[in-house]
Amino acid sequence: MTGARIPAVVVSDIRKSYGDLKAVDGVSFTVAEGEFFGILGPNGAGKTTTLEIVEGLRQADGGQVTLLGEQPWPRNPKLLPRIGVQLQASSFFEKLTAREQLQTFGSLYGVSRRKADEMLELVGLTDKADVQENKLSGGQRQRLSIACALVHDPDLVFLDEPTAALDPQARRNLWDVLRAIQARGKTIVYTTHYLDEAEILCDRVAIMDRGRILAMDAPATLVRGLDAPTHVVLQKGVLTREAARGITGVEEAHEDEVSLTISTRRPAPVLSALAERGTLDGLQVRTATLEDVFLDLTGREYRA
Amino acid sequence: MTAFRSLSAAMVKGFLRDKMTLFFVFLFPLMFLVVFGLLLGDSGSDKTKIAAVGDGPVLTTLEQTGAIELERYGDAATARQKVDDGDLPAAVVVSGDRVRLIYAASDQVAAGTVLGIVSGVVDKINLGAANVPPRFTLDAQSVEDASLKPIQYLTPGILSWAISISGVFGSALTMVSWRKKQVLRRIRLAPVSTTTVLTSRVLVSIGTAVAQGVVFVAVALLPVFGLKLTGQWYLALPLLVLGTTAFFAVGMLVGAFCKTEEAASGAANIVIMPMAFLSGTFFPVENAPAWLQTVSNIFPLRHMNDGMLDVLVRGKGVEALLVPSAVLIAFTLVVGFIAARIFRWDD
Ligand SMILES: Nc1ncnc2c1ncn2[C@@H]1O[C@H](COP(=O)(O)OP(=O)(O)OP(=O)(O)O)[C@@H](O)[C@H]1O
Ligand SMILES: [Mg+2]
Repeated sequence: MTGARIPAVVVSDIRKSYGDLKAVDGVSFTVAEGEFFGILGPNGAGKTTTLEIVEGLRQADGGQVTLLGEQPWPRNPKLLPRIGVQLQASSFFEKLTAREQLQTFGSLYGVSRRKADEMLELVGLTDKADVQENKLSGGQRQRLSIACALVHDPDLVFLDEPTAALDPQARRNLWDVLRAIQARGKTIVYTTHYLDEAEILCDRVAIMDRGRILAMDAPATLVRGLDAPTHVVLQKGVLTREAARGITGVEEAHEDEVSLTISTRRPAPVLSALAERGTLDGLQVRTATLEDVFLDLTGREYRA
Repeated sequence: MTAFRSLSAAMVKGFLRDKMTLFFVFLFPLMFLVVFGLLLGDSGSDKTKIAAVGDGPVLTTLEQTGAIELERYGDAATARQKVDDGDLPAAVVVSGDRVRLIYAASDQVAAGTVLGIVSGVVDKINLGAANVPPRFTLDAQSVEDASLKPIQYLTPGILSWAISISGVFGSALTMVSWRKKQVLRRIRLAPVSTTTVLTSRVLVSIGTAVAQGVVFVAVALLPVFGLKLTGQWYLALPLLVLGTTAFFAVGMLVGAFCKTEEAASGAANIVIMPMAFLSGTFFPVENAPAWLQTVSNIFPLRHMNDGMLDVLVRGKGVEALLVPSAVLIAFTLVVGFIAARIFRWDD
């Protein structure tokens, strides 16, 4: 991620207010070429506003944005062929089929019509090629919208909640698509509500709330920096709460109707102690996640 | 495929797949043409029908005038009853050399016509019978006058109106729905110029207008309606194009103001309906009071209509295009400029 190459995205101190509401309140970040960058945050955090300012769709009240060495605002035709954008609300031509949507968007970039079928296959919509956009399901429309953003093979891709409304299978397929794009050296900036997904996909994430970035780093680093305890979950009844508390390294033990949860910052000795007692059946280990990071940063539960 | 062509294709497909738009652009105005064309159809060629009793040269000559149609009755009383009942304006009863004319006092115009024709015929036969050479000769000649048969003014009027509908609705609804569905923002992010987007939309509207012209004129030319085009009807083409751009500009203005398709349809109707009535779509403007005729000059439809009438059915030449074209171009530029100034990519 280092070197002399210019960064794909440089954002410094952008701001945007709607009346009294500071939708984006001094956001800065840099995305290296080839990086997969995630912006996370609850509803209304300012993710879309940030992304649209960066894409050149909205004018910021203040701050600077540079994409691939160019200014996105005002509309910069030199930059446009190199970026691909999927808007949060899907944008389609009225009454056109999936294939026709792709052909039409492609033609705006001078892409050949044959590319449309390739893209349909990429997002698994080959059998829906001749279906009109308004007759697709929410998730299918979402996938078509992503295909439309990628049809001209852009170097820099912006996706606003691409995995919202997708079923688990489609979500995993899309992850593969996104990873394949990154593997070809493209840069991806995307927003999501799914912290677990961001942990899996992103090289780095920025956690946003109320128009500001609260933390920004590799997901693993953020989690490690949190110094949050590991949770070991046992079936209820295999061990009493008192016995659990007696194990060296255990900080806390809770019991509910179905399970006993042990919190520890030294999971290794705790797990071997549990193994000695033969209580490993149905045991689960849950380490800290971005969700815990969010809770720690905001003092609020993450409500996706 | 260029962006221009594929955008045009996308708009044409969207248009053809939308039954509602097709209805309002083609069938709705066509319904007016058919209904008015049939209702008003033979009013111009109406012959006055009167009751007739008896026979002889007077009745034969009356029939030959072509202005009167005779309905035969056996006796004078039945014929008289027809007039009394108000079914027929007059009855002519011939018995031997006596010609009796009974007419209804209520319809002065019909009575005058019948009286004039019948006494003319009687005088002529008297002269012939007296074998006197006539001193004065009457040389009657018919000329094409400015008053037109209904279908002759209905076709250009309804065609212009239909083009105003497709022009205003086409541009307004495309703009509003593309803005609402974020297509405009998406296009803004693509390396395609606004000129390309705009001209492809205008071209689709012009194509629609030409299609409307072909359909409407073809229907009006059917024998039931009996439209007669004059020699230089193709001069209507430039008017069709300029009219479309003018109404397109109006639609852009409507589209720039309205946020939803419903609002845009409402606003477009509010603009079009009064304009259509005051511009001579359904009746000739000449029949309107003078002040209304003056007011109607602010509407582009009025000028398009005038031009269409002149070149389609009045047989006028290129010179008839000058004023309408100038007005339509000026209108397009002014309204288009305002619309461009208040245009928004998103809401
Ligand atoms: N055009 C606008 N006019 C007024 N307020 C706006 C506008 N767009 C966004 N906002 C406000 O700005 C704030 C940030 O909105 P934004 O859409 O950026 O949030 P987000 O993080 O993308 O949320 P979500 O997860 O729901 O997509 C919200 O409080 C929203 O109400
Ligand atoms: Mg958003």
